[in-house]
Amino acid sequence: MPVKLTLEMVIFAALAGAAALAAVGVVAFRNATRSALCLVFNFFVLGFLYFSLQVEMLGITQVVVYTGAIMVLFIFVIMLLNLGSSHLLAEKFDGKKPVGIFFGIALAVLLSSQIVPMFARTESKPLVYPLGDSKVVGQTLFTSYVFPFEAVSFLLLVGIVGSILLAKRRMS
Amino acid sequence: MNGVPLSAYLGLSMFMFSTGVIGVIIRRNPIVIFMCIELMLNAVNLAFLSFARYKFATAEGSLESAMGGPMFVIFVMAVAAAEVAVGLGIIMAIFRLRENIDVDELNLLKG
Repeated sequence: MPVKLTLEMVIFAALAGAAALAAVGVVAFRNATRSALCLVFNFFVLGFLYFSLQVEMLGITQVVVYTGAIMVLFIFVIMLLNLGSSHLLAEKFDGKKPVGIFFGIALAVLLSSQIVPMFARTESKPLVYPLGDSKVVGQTLFTSYVFPFEAVSFLLLVGIVGSILLAKRRMS
Repeated sequence: MNGVPLSAYLGLSMFMFSTGVIGVIIRRNPIVIFMCIELMLNAVNLAFLSFARYKFATAEGSLESAMGGPMFVIFVMAVAAAEVAVGLGIIMAIFRLRENIDVDELNLLKG
Protein backbone atom coordinates (compact mmCIF):
# COMPACT_ATOMS: atom_id res chain seq x y z
CA MET A 1 0.00 0.00 0.00
CA PRO A 2 1.64 3.30 -1.03
CA VAL A 3 1.76 5.86 1.73
CA LYS A 4 -0.03 9.06 0.77
CA LEU A 5 2.15 12.09 1.35
CA THR A 6 -0.24 14.38 3.17
CA LEU A 7 0.70 17.27 5.42
CA GLU A 8 -0.33 15.23 8.46
CA MET A 9 1.95 12.41 7.38
CA VAL A 10 4.90 14.80 7.02
CA ILE A 11 4.26 16.31 10.46
CA PHE A 12 3.89 12.89 12.02
CA ALA A 13 7.08 11.67 10.35
CA ALA A 14 9.02 14.67 11.64
CA LEU A 15 7.74 14.23 15.20
CA ALA A 16 8.22 10.46 15.17
CA GLY A 17 11.72 10.77 13.76
CA ALA A 18 12.67 13.29 16.45
CA ALA A 19 11.22 11.05 19.17
CA ALA A 20 13.01 7.98 17.84
CA LEU A 21 16.35 9.81 17.56
CA ALA A 22 16.01 11.11 21.12
CA ALA A 23 15.17 7.59 22.34
CA VAL A 24 18.34 6.25 20.71
CA GLY A 25 20.27 9.13 22.25
CA VAL A 26 19.11 8.15 25.75
CA VAL A 27 20.73 4.74 25.31
CA ALA A 28 23.74 5.77 23.23
CA PHE A 29 25.15 8.75 25.15
CA ARG A 30 27.68 7.77 27.79
CA ASN A 31 27.14 10.98 29.74
CA ALA A 32 24.11 10.65 32.05
CA THR A 33 23.23 14.36 31.75
CA ARG A 34 23.04 14.11 27.96
CA SER A 35 20.84 11.03 28.26
CA ALA A 36 18.53 12.97 30.59
CA LEU A 37 18.29 15.88 28.16
CA CYS A 38 17.51 13.49 25.29
CA LEU A 39 14.76 11.98 27.43
CA VAL A 40 13.33 15.45 28.14
CA PHE A 41 13.23 16.12 24.40
CA ASN A 42 11.60 12.73 23.76
CA PHE A 43 8.87 13.38 26.34
CA PHE A 44 8.25 16.85 24.91
CA VAL A 45 7.81 15.49 21.38
CA LEU A 46 5.60 12.75 22.80
CA GLY A 47 3.38 15.49 24.25
CA PHE A 48 3.03 16.91 20.71
CA LEU A 49 2.13 13.43 19.44
CA TYR A 50 -0.61 13.21 22.08
CA PHE A 51 -1.92 16.51 20.74
CA SER A 52 -1.92 15.03 17.24
CA LEU A 53 -4.04 12.18 18.61
CA GLN A 54 -6.49 14.82 19.94
CA VAL A 55 -5.77 13.87 23.56
CA GLU A 56 -4.94 17.45 24.53
CA MET A 57 -5.44 17.06 28.30
CA LEU A 58 -2.91 14.25 28.51
CA GLY A 59 -0.52 16.06 26.20
CA ILE A 60 -0.41 18.94 28.67
CA THR A 61 -0.12 16.48 31.57
CA GLN A 62 2.77 14.77 29.79
CA VAL A 63 4.72 18.01 29.46
CA VAL A 64 3.97 19.16 33.02
CA VAL A 65 4.44 15.86 34.85
CA TYR A 66 7.24 14.24 32.88
CA THR A 67 9.37 17.07 31.56
CA GLY A 68 8.47 19.36 34.45
CA ALA A 69 8.63 17.10 37.47
CA ILE A 70 10.11 13.66 36.85
CA MET A 71 13.01 14.80 34.69
CA VAL A 72 13.86 17.60 37.13
CA LEU A 73 14.12 14.89 39.79
CA PHE A 74 16.47 12.89 37.54
CA ILE A 75 18.68 15.90 36.84
CA PHE A 76 18.75 16.83 40.55
CA VAL A 77 19.99 13.36 41.43
CA ILE A 78 22.59 13.38 38.64
CA MET A 79 23.91 16.69 39.95
CA LEU A 80 23.72 15.67 43.64
CA LEU A 81 25.71 12.51 42.97
CA ASN A 82 28.03 14.43 40.62
CA LEU A 83 27.56 11.90 37.87
CA GLY A 84 28.09 14.34 35.01
CA SER A 85 31.21 14.19 32.93
CA SER A 86 33.62 13.43 35.77
CA HIS A 87 32.09 10.11 36.64
CA LEU A 88 31.94 8.20 33.37
CA LEU A 89 31.90 4.50 34.02
CA ALA A 90 34.88 2.95 32.32
CA GLU A 91 33.95 1.20 29.13
CA LYS A 92 34.68 -2.49 29.31
CA PHE A 93 33.74 -5.00 26.72
CA ASP A 94 31.57 -7.86 27.83
CA GLY A 95 29.31 -10.30 26.07
CA LYS A 96 26.23 -8.65 27.54
CA LYS A 97 26.26 -5.82 25.03
CA PRO A 98 25.93 -7.61 21.66
CA VAL A 99 23.54 -10.15 23.19
CA GLY A 100 21.38 -7.33 24.58
CA ILE A 101 21.31 -5.47 21.28
CA PHE A 102 20.48 -8.70 19.46
CA PHE A 103 17.59 -9.48 21.81
CA GLY A 104 16.29 -5.92 21.55
CA ILE A 105 16.30 -5.94 17.76
CA ALA A 106 14.72 -9.41 17.76
CA LEU A 107 11.97 -8.12 20.07
CA ALA A 108 11.35 -5.10 17.83
CA VAL A 109 11.20 -7.25 14.68
CA LEU A 110 8.92 -9.81 16.31
CA LEU A 111 6.45 -7.24 17.67
CA SER A 112 6.44 -5.15 14.51
CA SER A 113 6.02 -8.08 12.14
CA GLN A 114 3.06 -9.36 14.12
CA ILE A 115 1.21 -6.17 14.99
CA VAL A 116 2.05 -3.40 12.53
CA PRO A 117 0.63 -5.07 9.36
CA MET A 118 -2.67 -5.71 11.14
CA PHE A 119 -3.36 -2.01 11.59
CA ALA A 120 -1.78 -0.61 8.41
CA ARG A 121 -5.21 0.15 7.01
CA THR A 122 -6.77 1.52 10.20
CA GLU A 123 -7.24 5.16 9.35
CA SER A 124 -8.45 7.69 11.87
CA LYS A 125 -12.19 8.23 11.73
CA PRO A 126 -13.84 11.38 13.06
CA LEU A 127 -13.61 11.72 16.82
CA VAL A 128 -17.01 11.08 18.44
CA TYR A 129 -16.08 10.92 22.12
CA PRO A 130 -13.88 13.79 23.31
CA LEU A 131 -10.86 12.01 24.76
CA GLY A 132 -8.89 15.14 25.50
CA ASP A 133 -11.63 17.18 27.12
CA SER A 134 -10.64 17.90 30.71
CA LYS A 135 -14.31 17.84 31.79
CA VAL A 136 -14.82 14.34 30.41
CA VAL A 137 -11.50 13.14 31.88
CA GLY A 138 -12.42 14.51 35.30
CA GLN A 139 -15.92 13.09 35.25
CA THR A 140 -14.67 9.63 34.30
CA LEU A 141 -11.87 9.77 36.85
CA PHE A 142 -14.22 10.61 39.72
CA THR A 143 -17.05 8.23 38.79
CA SER A 144 -15.95 4.97 37.14
CA TYR A 145 -12.32 5.13 38.28
CA VAL A 146 -12.67 6.53 41.77
CA PHE A 147 -11.34 3.41 43.51
CA PRO A 148 -8.11 3.26 41.43
CA PHE A 149 -7.79 7.00 41.97
CA GLU A 150 -7.85 6.55 45.74
CA ALA A 151 -5.45 3.60 45.50
CA VAL A 152 -3.02 5.77 43.51
CA SER A 153 -3.28 8.53 46.12
CA PHE A 154 -2.36 6.00 48.80
CA LEU A 155 0.53 4.75 46.66
CA LEU A 156 1.85 8.30 46.24
CA LEU A 157 1.64 8.85 50.01
CA VAL A 158 3.66 5.68 50.61
CA GLY A 159 6.10 6.82 47.91
CA ILE A 160 6.64 10.19 49.61
CA VAL A 161 7.30 8.57 53.00
CA GLY A 162 9.54 5.90 51.47
CA SER A 163 11.67 8.30 49.45
CA ILE A 164 12.18 10.59 52.45
CA LEU A 165 13.20 7.63 54.60
CA LEU A 166 15.58 6.32 51.94
CA ALA A 167 17.23 9.62 51.07
CA LYS A 168 17.58 10.81 54.67
CA ARG A 169 21.12 11.08 56.03
CA ARG A 170 21.67 8.51 58.72
CA MET A 171 22.52 9.82 62.21
CA SER A 172 25.48 7.86 63.44
CA MET B 1 -4.47 12.63 12.33
CA ASN B 2 -5.97 12.12 8.92
CA GLY B 3 -3.86 10.04 6.59
CA VAL B 4 -1.68 8.53 9.31
CA PRO B 5 -2.52 4.86 9.92
CA LEU B 6 -2.64 3.39 13.40
CA SER B 7 0.36 1.21 12.60
CA ALA B 8 2.59 4.30 12.33
CA TYR B 9 1.93 5.18 15.95
CA LEU B 10 2.30 1.55 17.01
CA GLY B 11 5.58 1.28 15.11
CA LEU B 12 6.98 4.31 16.93
CA SER B 13 5.74 2.89 20.23
CA MET B 14 7.44 -0.46 19.60
CA PHE B 15 10.66 1.22 18.53
CA MET B 16 10.75 3.22 21.76
CA PHE B 17 9.93 0.14 23.83
CA SER B 18 12.69 -1.93 22.20
CA THR B 19 15.18 0.91 22.65
CA GLY B 20 14.28 0.98 26.34
CA VAL B 21 14.77 -2.78 26.62
CA ILE B 22 18.20 -2.55 24.97
CA GLY B 23 19.15 0.28 27.31
CA VAL B 24 18.13 -1.64 30.42
CA ILE B 25 20.22 -4.61 29.28
CA ILE B 26 23.41 -2.90 28.11
CA ARG B 27 23.79 0.20 30.30
CA ARG B 28 25.54 0.04 33.66
CA ASN B 29 24.57 3.39 35.14
CA PRO B 30 21.42 2.84 37.27
CA ILE B 31 20.08 6.32 36.55
CA VAL B 32 20.23 5.67 32.81
CA ILE B 33 18.52 2.32 33.43
CA PHE B 34 15.74 4.20 35.22
CA MET B 35 15.43 6.56 32.28
CA CYS B 36 15.09 3.59 29.94
CA ILE B 37 12.28 2.24 32.13
CA GLU B 38 10.56 5.62 31.80
CA LEU B 39 11.04 5.35 28.03
CA MET B 40 9.28 1.98 28.02
CA LEU B 41 6.40 3.30 30.14
CA ASN B 42 5.94 6.18 27.72
CA ALA B 43 6.00 3.85 24.74
CA VAL B 44 3.15 1.90 26.31
CA ASN B 45 1.28 5.15 27.03
CA LEU B 46 1.55 6.08 23.35
CA ALA B 47 0.13 2.69 22.36
CA PHE B 48 -2.75 3.08 24.84
CA LEU B 49 -3.67 6.51 23.52
CA SER B 50 -3.39 5.62 19.85
CA PHE B 51 -5.63 2.58 20.32
CA ALA B 52 -8.11 4.70 22.28
CA ARG B 53 -8.15 7.33 19.53
CA TYR B 54 -8.33 4.99 16.51
CA LYS B 55 -10.42 2.12 17.82
CA PHE B 56 -12.62 3.29 20.69
CA ALA B 57 -13.23 7.03 20.38
CA THR B 58 -14.86 6.68 16.95
CA ALA B 59 -18.48 5.92 16.11
CA GLU B 60 -18.25 2.19 16.83
CA GLY B 61 -16.97 2.64 20.39
CA SER B 62 -18.56 4.05 23.52
CA LEU B 63 -17.53 6.77 25.95
CA GLU B 64 -16.79 4.20 28.64
CA SER B 65 -14.47 2.17 26.39
CA ALA B 66 -12.88 5.28 24.90
CA MET B 67 -11.89 6.65 28.29
CA GLY B 68 -10.16 3.41 29.32
CA GLY B 69 -6.95 4.36 27.49
CA PRO B 70 -6.55 7.89 28.91
CA MET B 71 -7.39 6.64 32.42
CA PHE B 72 -4.70 3.98 32.23
CA VAL B 73 -2.21 6.57 30.99
CA ILE B 74 -3.01 8.78 33.99
CA PHE B 75 -2.46 5.88 36.40
CA VAL B 76 0.76 4.85 34.64
CA MET B 77 2.04 8.42 35.03
CA ALA B 78 1.19 8.46 38.75
CA VAL B 79 2.80 5.08 39.40
CA ALA B 80 5.87 6.14 37.39
CA ALA B 81 6.22 9.25 39.55
CA ALA B 82 6.09 7.18 42.76
CA GLU B 83 8.52 4.65 41.30
CA VAL B 84 11.03 7.32 40.27
CA ALA B 85 10.94 8.97 43.71
CA VAL B 86 11.56 5.69 45.56
CA GLY B 87 14.08 4.39 43.01
CA LEU B 88 16.21 7.53 43.04
CA GLY B 89 16.11 7.41 46.86
CA ILE B 90 17.49 3.87 46.71
CA ILE B 91 20.22 4.95 44.27
CA MET B 92 21.24 7.80 46.60
CA ALA B 93 21.34 5.44 49.59
CA ILE B 94 23.51 2.96 47.66
CA PHE B 95 25.81 5.76 46.51
CA ARG B 96 26.31 6.94 50.12
CA LEU B 97 27.07 3.38 51.20
CA ARG B 98 29.36 2.26 48.37
CA GLU B 99 30.58 5.39 46.49
CA ASN B 100 30.10 3.31 43.36
CA ILE B 101 26.94 2.81 41.38
CA ASP B 102 27.95 0.39 38.65
CA VAL B 103 25.06 -2.09 38.68
CA ASP B 104 27.38 -4.90 37.58
CA GLU B 105 29.36 -4.55 40.80
CA LEU B 106 26.44 -4.28 43.19
CA ASN B 107 26.34 -7.90 44.31
CA LEU B 108 25.68 -7.41 48.02
CA LEU B 109 22.46 -9.41 47.84
CA LYS B 110 24.08 -12.35 46.08
CA GLY B 111 23.75 -15.40 48.30
